[in-house]
Amino acid sequence: MDTILQLLANGLMLGGLFAIVAVGLTLIFGIVKVVNFAHGEFLMVGMYLTFLVTRMLGLHPFVAVIVVVPALFLIGALTQRLIIQPLMSARDDHIQIFATVGLSTALINLALLVFGADIANTPASGLRTPIEIGPVRVLSGQIAIFVASIALVIGLQLFLQNTAMGRAIRAVAQNRSAAQLMGINVDRIYILTFGIGAACVGVAAVLIAPLYPTSPTIGTYFVLTAFVVVVLGGLGSIPGAFVGSLVIGLIDSFAGFYIGSDMREVAVFGVFLLILILRPAGLFGKQLNLSHVSP
Amino acid sequence: MLKLETIDAGYGATTILHDVSLDVNAGEVVTIVGANGAGKTTTLRTIAGLIRPTSGRILFEGRDITRLSAHETVDLGITLIPEGRQLFPEMTVHENLLMGAYRSAAREKQADTLEEVLTLFPRVRERLDQNAASLSGGEQQMVAIARGMMARPKLLMFDEPSLGLAPIIVAQVFAVIDTIVKTGATVLIVEQNVFHTLKAADRGYVLENGEIVLTDSGKALLANDHVRQAYLGI
Repeated sequence: MDTILQLLANGLMLGGLFAIVAVGLTLIFGIVKVVNFAHGEFLMVGMYLTFLVTRMLGLHPFVAVIVVVPALFLIGALTQRLIIQPLMSARDDHIQIFATVGLSTALINLALLVFGADIANTPASGLRTPIEIGPVRVLSGQIAIFVASIALVIGLQLFLQNTAMGRAIRAVAQNRSAAQLMGINVDRIYILTFGIGAACVGVAAVLIAPLYPTSPTIGTYFVLTAFVVVVLGGLGSIPGAFVGSLVIGLIDSFAGFYIGSDMREVAVFGVFLLILILRPAGLFGKQLNLSHVSP
Repeated sequence: MLKLETIDAGYGATTILHDVSLDVNAGEVVTIVGANGAGKTTTLRTIAGLIRPTSGRILFEGRDITRLSAHETVDLGITLIPEGRQLFPEMTVHENLLMGAYRSAAREKQADTLEEVLTLFPRVRERLDQNAASLSGGEQQMVAIARGMMARPKLLMFDEPSLGLAPIIVAQVFAVIDTIVKTGATVLIVEQNVFHTLKAADRGYVLENGEIVLTDSGKALLANDHVRQAYLGI
């Protein structure tokens, strides 16, 4: 019984980790309709910034939020304004995707140039301390990630549902030209949304940096799973990404123990494929409207 | 109030409007009559700023708005109620109406405007908390008109408000438009139901293959032989 509780806790903690990385990705996809392949590298940049702020100024990593989140917002906003927006009128959507792949490669190599291939360890600052809750042991930093992921999901939902700006963002996603007719500057909403999505991964970076060593390619390690949970939850659905993360985290945890740690990914992707076969639009996704195809 | 001077406009390399000049004075109801594909919708979308003219000038209250984007013309008081309703499907009716008052000048008076608009559309009030996608076509058109009015526009443009609606609903939509006209609003309307709109309009323009071929008072156009043959089937 204790083992099951421990596996459950591990799965949930892992799910929180996936969720906090994935939230910004699904937001950007849902609104701007761009798959941002540089999302993992945004995380990497955020982790290096956290490392620098913590090491150089000797501050607690969480204080780095003040620097990292605005910095990532700016990086996201500039990515949309300078890279994606000029390509928006391109006839082929794939051009935008390739542009983000290019940005991803450029950021990895920039990090290699600046920091070298060695890993950078952000001081743990008490976040790798095990905490016992009944029979279960988790790290304090993992709990912080889990709590923050829930807060981020709820916060974003409240922002999108209840503020004029949030409504404008949803309006643009639902009907771009009608949104323009309401007086909404669509280009500005895209820039803002890209910035918010990147800022979300900035929050993730600050929380992850004390637990994982930072390297130029750390982004790819996290972002593959982020893509899986985003697709699993239903592209563009924030609650979907959260639930998808927990599902993947739990499967990873239980399969790793009961089937074998080398079989974890087989189990994860097996369930992933199964769910997509049963629900092609993902757990919370809208069925694709193919009415324009039928006669 | 609104003046189009020799406008050419279209999509990509295709020019649809040739040398279109028209004007709308404050308090007037003006209609554009024409066959499908004549360029009526293109004219409204060009005024709204969704399409940028390739030549010519658009003036609104004496100001050159030719190069303005759609969100900027809304700020000046031009609102287009687009063809096919174009509601935000996954928002409630209430949220759709709030989107109508997005520009800051309208947002300040949002609560008052909402009350005025809902008095005009009692049916819409009953549907406030429903998702826009769950409404019938007629109800959606009412919401689209109500949403347009939420902007407190100086110039209200209707694009085919009766398209795809059952005759009984069409009568209700026209009744609502007549009510709006009676408040002294300035209206530019494109409508397939030529007979009704010409009767209600102060003036009309006849658009054929992207060119204005005829303009006169609504009554005179109703009596015009060419209009009667081509658009009224008499």
